[in-house]
Amino acid sequence: MLIKRPADIPSSQITDKKTYLNRREFVRAATGTAALAAVGAIGAEALLHAQPPAPHRTKLLNVKPSEFSTTEKPNTWEQITTYNNYYEYGTDKDSPAYYAGRLKPAPWSVAVEGEVAKPAVWHLEDILKGQTLEDRIYRHRCVEAWSMVIPWVGFPLADFIKKVQPTSKAKFVEFTTLADPDQMPGIRFPSLRWPYVEGLRMDEAMHPLTILTVGLYGEVLPNQDGAPIRLTVPWKYGFKSAKSIVKIRFVEQQPLNSWQRAQSNEYGFYANVNPTVDHPRWSQAKEIRLPGLFRNHTTEMFNGYGDQVAKLYTGMDLRKNY
Amino acid sequence: MTENQITRWLAKPAVFVAASVPAVILIYLTWAAYNGNQSAWPALTGNLSANPLEDITHQTGDWTLRFICITLAVTPLRRLTGWNGAIRFRRMLGLFAFFYGSLHFLTWAILDRFISLDFPNGVVSWTAVRTFAGSVGEDIYKRKFITIGFAAFVAMWPLALTSTAGMIRRLGGRRWQRLHRLIYFSAVAAVIHYFWLVKSDLRRPITYALIIAVLLGFRAYWARTHARPVRARTAVTERGVGNPVP
Repeated sequence: MLIKRPADIPSSQITDKKTYLNRREFVRAATGTAALAAVGAIGAEALLHAQPPAPHRTKLLNVKPSEFSTTEKPNTWEQITTYNNYYEYGTDKDSPAYYAGRLKPAPWSVAVEGEVAKPAVWHLEDILKGQTLEDRIYRHRCVEAWSMVIPWVGFPLADFIKKVQPTSKAKFVEFTTLADPDQMPGIRFPSLRWPYVEGLRMDEAMHPLTILTVGLYGEVLPNQDGAPIRLTVPWKYGFKSAKSIVKIRFVEQQPLNSWQRAQSNEYGFYANVNPTVDHPRWSQAKEIRLPGLFRNHTTEMFNGYGDQVAKLYTGMDLRKNY
Repeated sequence: MTENQITRWLAKPAVFVAASVPAVILIYLTWAAYNGNQSAWPALTGNLSANPLEDITHQTGDWTLRFICITLAVTPLRRLTGWNGAIRFRRMLGLFAFFYGSLHFLTWAILDRFISLDFPNGVVSWTAVRTFAGSVGEDIYKRKFITIGFAAFVAMWPLALTSTAGMIRRLGGRRWQRLHRLIYFSAVAAVIHYFWLVKSDLRRPITYALIIAVLLGFRAYWARTHARPVRARTAVTERGVGNPVP
């Protein structure tokens, strides 16, 4: 027997086909719009996440002024600690500010090796023992054509070199920096060959402008600027100034520095600031003194330190030895 | 509301607003940076870094590539979902790619080139024009990443100029469609531009290269598996080029 069951839904409540199809169109249109709106939102989110500046640290005591300091206005603490090239923490300018909190700058030691009378591992405290610290307000010129004025605190590298007594065979100094993936997440990606290596000729290393830097603005150096101890060579492009140094090696042969190894046609060993020798991909004649919207500053030979350092390079072809 | 009305009065304006957000934020932040200020709503807009020129250059470049990708995604989306209404967003998205490309170009031409030049005879003079053209031309000629980036931008011009309904009619659907395949060139050239400009970290250019490879690869795949009848004609409506008319 066939019993006709009543419809579950009265016909009055059945959406007619036209409206039903319409609804599907609506859902499609809405989905598409939502997807695009999401893209917009993600984009806005992806835009410019400014990192907070480095926390302030202990004040350094008995810091003396230096005749080598410039009188130009220094960049702010915030600018110097949020805009950094430090690939060990990542290749974005704000990566160091974001990740550098993971670094443990103490205890710290530096191995001194190679052509020296007494190779040894130096604790940072021993390196600093009895050492007079100086304010060195230096111009800092990046190879990427931007520059800052930075009030470093440090002492001449020459002072330390005299203590470790290099032998007559020592012609160059090679600096190796920390490469610990747990403290520096950028190490997990081979943006450069790790660890980072830099080098100076002996006379460059002994020059009074060349300093080992341990502070900024009279305070202990923030991690993103190369804590606890870094090199500062103000007449050379910034990448020469190795950060977070763990090894100093005295050698006979010219070291192969990391950027030269990565791109030897773009980055050489000397890397002296030179407005007449362009980087293959951009001009070095002008720079942006940060913060700036355009190249607001003419680049000076040897970053303006020519009077003190030009004599180191007499007779050298600086076009070849870039 | 019909789908037509929804698209026209709700969906398209919403997409327009969303696509404008990055430009509005960037222009606002540039203005603030110019006045030496930071954003009044940092949580909403972020802030430019200590190097605003670099930020603006990178952001406008990134957005150009993103919109090229989004525009190239319209056809695959339409094929895969059967939602033909997607086509109605394509022109606007493509024009946004051109818009961000223009901002990117102008940032370089004005902020990177023009402002750092010296004009002894004043800005309004023939020497000024020659100096500026020389500076721009030299960069395009000497630096291959700029050469290819400029080529990508130049190739977008005919597409923007022929984006109107009138131009589609005048050219005829077939020819219009062939011309607009230039976007494939722009997309590939833009990615090469990105590859050649980074210092050592290739992750972002590789990401864009993969996305564009998938989007272009889809077209090749679809063309092989859905060969059209030889004589089919392409319908051209005032809103763009549609499906072949049987």
